[in-house]
Amino acid sequence: MKQSIFTIRENTALNTRYSRLVLAGDTSAITRPGQFADVSLPGFFLRRPFSVCDWNEETMTLVYETVGRGTASLKELPAGSGLDVLTGLGNGFNLSRAGDEPLLIGGGSGVSPLLGLCRRLLNAGTRPHVILGFNTRDEVILAEDFLAMGVSPTITTADGSFGIRGFVTDAMDIPHSFFYTCGPEVMMRAIAEKSAAHGQLSFDTRMGCGFGACMGCTKATVNGPKRVCKDGPVFEKEEILWAD
Amino acid sequence: MGRLSVSLCGIELDNPVIPASGTFGYGYEFAELYDINCLGTFSFKGTTREPRFGNPTPRIAEANAGMLNAVGLQNPGVDTVIAGELPKLKEVFHKPVIANVSGFSIDEYREVSEKLDKEPQVGWLEVNISCPNVHGGGMSFGTDPKAAAEVVSAVKAVTMKPVIVKLSPNVTDIVAIARACEAAGADAISLINTVMAMRIDLKTRRPVLANITGGLSGPAVFPLALRMVWQVSQAVKIPVVGLGGVSSAEDVIEMMLAGASAVQVGAANLKNPYACREIIDALPAVMDRYGIENIKDIIGGAHG
Repeated sequence: MKQSIFTIRENTALNTRYSRLVLAGDTSAITRPGQFADVSLPGFFLRRPFSVCDWNEETMTLVYETVGRGTASLKELPAGSGLDVLTGLGNGFNLSRAGDEPLLIGGGSGVSPLLGLCRRLLNAGTRPHVILGFNTRDEVILAEDFLAMGVSPTITTADGSFGIRGFVTDAMDIPHSFFYTCGPEVMMRAIAEKSAAHGQLSFDTRMGCGFGACMGCTKATVNGPKRVCKDGPVFEKEEILWAD
Repeated sequence: MGRLSVSLCGIELDNPVIPASGTFGYGYEFAELYDINCLGTFSFKGTTREPRFGNPTPRIAEANAGMLNAVGLQNPGVDTVIAGELPKLKEVFHKPVIANVSGFSIDEYREVSEKLDKEPQVGWLEVNISCPNVHGGGMSFGTDPKAAAEVVSAVKAVTMKPVIVKLSPNVTDIVAIARACEAAGADAISLINTVMAMRIDLKTRRPVLANITGGLSGPAVFPLALRMVWQVSQAVKIPVVGLGGVSSAEDVIEMMLAGASAVQVGAANLKNPYACREIIDALPAVMDRYGIENIKDIIGGAHG
């Protein structure tokens, strides 16, 4: 974990729901895709956790959904603004589990960390299948970014306005060695139940500190209580205790 | 003794800054960031007899200048704390530490205290009779002078270590509770625990916290905490540890002027993991600015 000041290079709406935030600064603490950054917003006490979409030596990209007053205020911050950010938080995805044909499945804002994961799998010589699920055509994000890497994602929309009509599970009859997923819990549960493979799931939750001190984001697992921020946010399929 | 040093129940602290229980775990997350031996001491996560999962999530909510938590005393239980956590704590922190004791019955407070009393690194027991987030325990002992005194007597009977009693602000007369604890043998009082509060989500029209209510902490409660430290420190002869929204070196000095012998820092650690180190580093210059030679000289200084 590292605390440092990042400068907003770009903060643009991708559509009415999601925005892209490109931050310039010290990204050296980020070691794995699926880790998150905890951003201090002017005028708010608690930091806001966002998974890292992608990063390089100079910049880090976050894709965020406007859900409340915090993210609404973030949307208003202009390029050039400084932000106090904790980076390198959480365990992230384990690339060594991928096998020959990993399947990446994202839903909504959960597609964000899969972009950085996809890039690093490609760099490691592994070509993943990618499925991205959204409610409707106007909410589709990051499809071009995957295409720019030479990966053609399968898109599903619940209302059928783009790609395959239905849910990501309607598109996942692809042979796969392992799956990585991030998105709504109902979606991840359906994926975990449908896939015969092992997999890693990344959970989104309300956090206090983001670095393991406050016990605000505890999740029950088969291995006892785990902190989503420190022990996660990525958990093995076999660890998850799904709520009834 | 440096100019920042203070004494708490006969144990010297290099400085009066103490991370509060529940905001610092057992120290190691912070030890990854900085040498936590710069702290006066710290109070580790509240410990109960049995392992506790705590409350369902969401357990955390935002507030203006603060936050709400309803963690509900999640901890692995006293036996695992002693066998698993304290040996790891010892590797990163080499000073006496404050063991925070919680419970749901007099027997539980006694049993947990008796076990922690045997740990050499535990310098003080901090008896939490003020957790607002559990039912049938915690705060119910801290809102009645007689029940508070019973807990203190039971703990004092099983330990030679100084006993600090952590009080709840969620009472009509905190002075009466503090006096009852003092009469029952408490060696110090710490206050305040969090202020019972709630938030409602406008979209769902339901409480944000799964527990419905939670404890408010952070800068929002600082003036309230300061007032209670002022009142209690005038009413008792034992030392008072002030906490509630402390976020800066100036806040530390203000708390000590109100009567605190040492100061705990809670929510600030969760917003800024370096908060305590930054406060300690800032203290000498802030003391210079206000003409303070030794920090211990200002304890209760505002009482005139």
